[in-house]
Amino acid sequence: MKIGIPRALLYYKNEKFWTTLFTELGFEYIISPETDCAILSRGEILSIDETCLPIKLLLGHVDWLIGKCDYVFVPRVAYRHKLQMCTRFMAQTDLVANTFRDREDFKLLFYSVGEPTHNCEREAVYKMAKFLKVKKAVFKEAYATAKAAQMFYERFRTERQKEKVDTTQKIKILLVAHAYSVGDAYIGKPVIAMLKAMGCEPVIAEYGDERDCIRASYAVSKSMPWAYNRHLVGAVELYKDHVDGAVLLTAFPCGTDSMVNEYIIHAFKGLPMITLTVDAQDGSAGMETRLESFIDIITLRKERSHDA
Amino acid sequence: MTHNEIVACFPHMANYAYAFKYVCEHGFEVKYLIPPPITKRTLELGARVSPDYVCSPFKYCMGCYLEALELGANCLMQIYGGCRLNYYGELNARILRDMGYEFEFFDMAAVNWKSPKDIIEHFRIINPDINPVKVVQALPVTFRIIEILDEFEDLIRHNVGFEVNDGEFDGTYKEFLGKLENVEDGKELKELEKEYRTRLHGIPLNKPAKTIKVGFVGDYYTVQEPFSNYFMEKELAKFGMEVYRQMNFTNSVIHNQGKKKRKIAKKYAKYPLGATANSTVAEAITFAKEGCAGIIQVKSFGCMPEIDAMPILQNVSRDYHVPILHFSFDSQTSETGVRTRLEAFYDMVEARNGRKA
Repeated sequence: MKIGIPRALLYYKNEKFWTTLFTELGFEYIISPETDCAILSRGEILSIDETCLPIKLLLGHVDWLIGKCDYVFVPRVAYRHKLQMCTRFMAQTDLVANTFRDREDFKLLFYSVGEPTHNCEREAVYKMAKFLKVKKAVFKEAYATAKAAQMFYERFRTERQKEKVDTTQKIKILLVAHAYSVGDAYIGKPVIAMLKAMGCEPVIAEYGDERDCIRASYAVSKSMPWAYNRHLVGAVELYKDHVDGAVLLTAFPCGTDSMVNEYIIHAFKGLPMITLTVDAQDGSAGMETRLESFIDIITLRKERSHDA
Repeated sequence: MTHNEIVACFPHMANYAYAFKYVCEHGFEVKYLIPPPITKRTLELGARVSPDYVCSPFKYCMGCYLEALELGANCLMQIYGGCRLNYYGELNARILRDMGYEFEFFDMAAVNWKSPKDIIEHFRIINPDINPVKVVQALPVTFRIIEILDEFEDLIRHNVGFEVNDGEFDGTYKEFLGKLENVEDGKELKELEKEYRTRLHGIPLNKPAKTIKVGFVGDYYTVQEPFSNYFMEKELAKFGMEVYRQMNFTNSVIHNQGKKKRKIAKKYAKYPLGATANSTVAEAITFAKEGCAGIIQVKSFGCMPEIDAMPILQNVSRDYHVPILHFSFDSQTSETGVRTRLEAFYDMVEARNGRKA
């Protein structure tokens, strides 16, 4: 049996966890390729105009997977670390099920983290394993291995970034964007490439340790409900003295970012910041120009403070 | 007894200001300012200081706050909910404080509703010498006010399109609201309720045996606040349609029907979708089953749960053969565009109905 994992949304948060889990459980899996024009345009056709770009991409990726696997894995996650998630993550399973319900060769593998308890994720995985007729012993081992794999991967990322931040002489730009924006070939990767081409060192907020960041975020905001946004806000709080500026990269029209980015701008007044919005319209020239002038300003500021 | 210095204020939402007023004046014992009715100015003021693509209810709230602050309110309040609404309060307060306003802010999202100590702690923001007993005593009448408002508005919604003398329903209802503002206790409310119920029921109607019914669904704010949906219910009534709507405070706060509605929507949505999405789907299914000729979904631009409900609504529309019209409102939607689309919708619904009969 083959399981299809769309390379979108939560994949970027749990890639090592899921791939290890399915391998350990004894299933083959196939991951959709990096976002390209074909996937984007398929996604746009399938989705409601107003939907946010990441959801459009998700539908494009699911569409690519149909026919190439037995089950498509679109997880539903309502809570993470007992904090709320964007409602998109709560609805994506049903959204996909309703969008593709007339396709005969389409089956969904259900997975739902629905309660804010401390072992909700484990229960959700267990339920899925039961559906896949996996023995409990196998599940236990697979879950532990997969969890460890994801943890090591994240820790490695965090450590490597810390090293870079400490040693580099370049201008350091904090890239504040959700995992599924940073990792996507259409949204985040071009921005990272642009920053590198301009001689800067991109510091990815998402690579900050999740628990540390969420803890730090409480110093900034008391009632922010969303786990992912807390992660990013906490990362800004932790990195703000180590970077020269921040790029708030958001996919249009991201519901949570629309409010949280405004709050970040109000809360961190000393840090130079620029907001970049990516939508389904092609063309990166405008963005490049804005980034360039932003970097120029930061360079000037830095030189002036050196002279003084 | 009223505390002299504190003037509390909730942002406008339909006519519930009268309920908020009662609980604030009789429960929290502070003055309450009913903010001026929402106008274009409210929205413009709000949109100017809000983030660009935040949902429009946020902009309405900001506008309401600004107008209320001008009039001397100094304790603002915000409710909470399952979507972005959960974060309204903190950002509202932050933006207003950065603009230089000084006020107290009671944010329901910050309260831990499971701990009575925490609740009272937060209530002290509204009134430092609060008497919790009084608040509890004020609640039954507050809920009753909400129920009566919803009952009367339902009645008006069903019948206003068929009144013999134009404006009679509106006139009577406005009179009722004027008296409701100064209600002192449950007894007075009961008399008022009785009087106006008979009067509203007694308004002469010219209602045919078979009418065209439309269901009205959508996001929590836009579907309930008439200004934010361009008084669409009234426009529909002008066409001679009977408007049905389930979403109101009675059905969501006082007698929460979330579970029941989730069950109805189960065929289409296996899981809770967040905020009002499940109830939107369930209401649409109910309306379709009850023989509504069409359904209208209104939402603010970018409303996350309602957009997720849209593909499901399209499936409902296909399965039950009922047309669904989607409206998305932002701070700049033109009124003419809305009316044109409504007219086209009405023509289509009427033609379909004729064919069926």
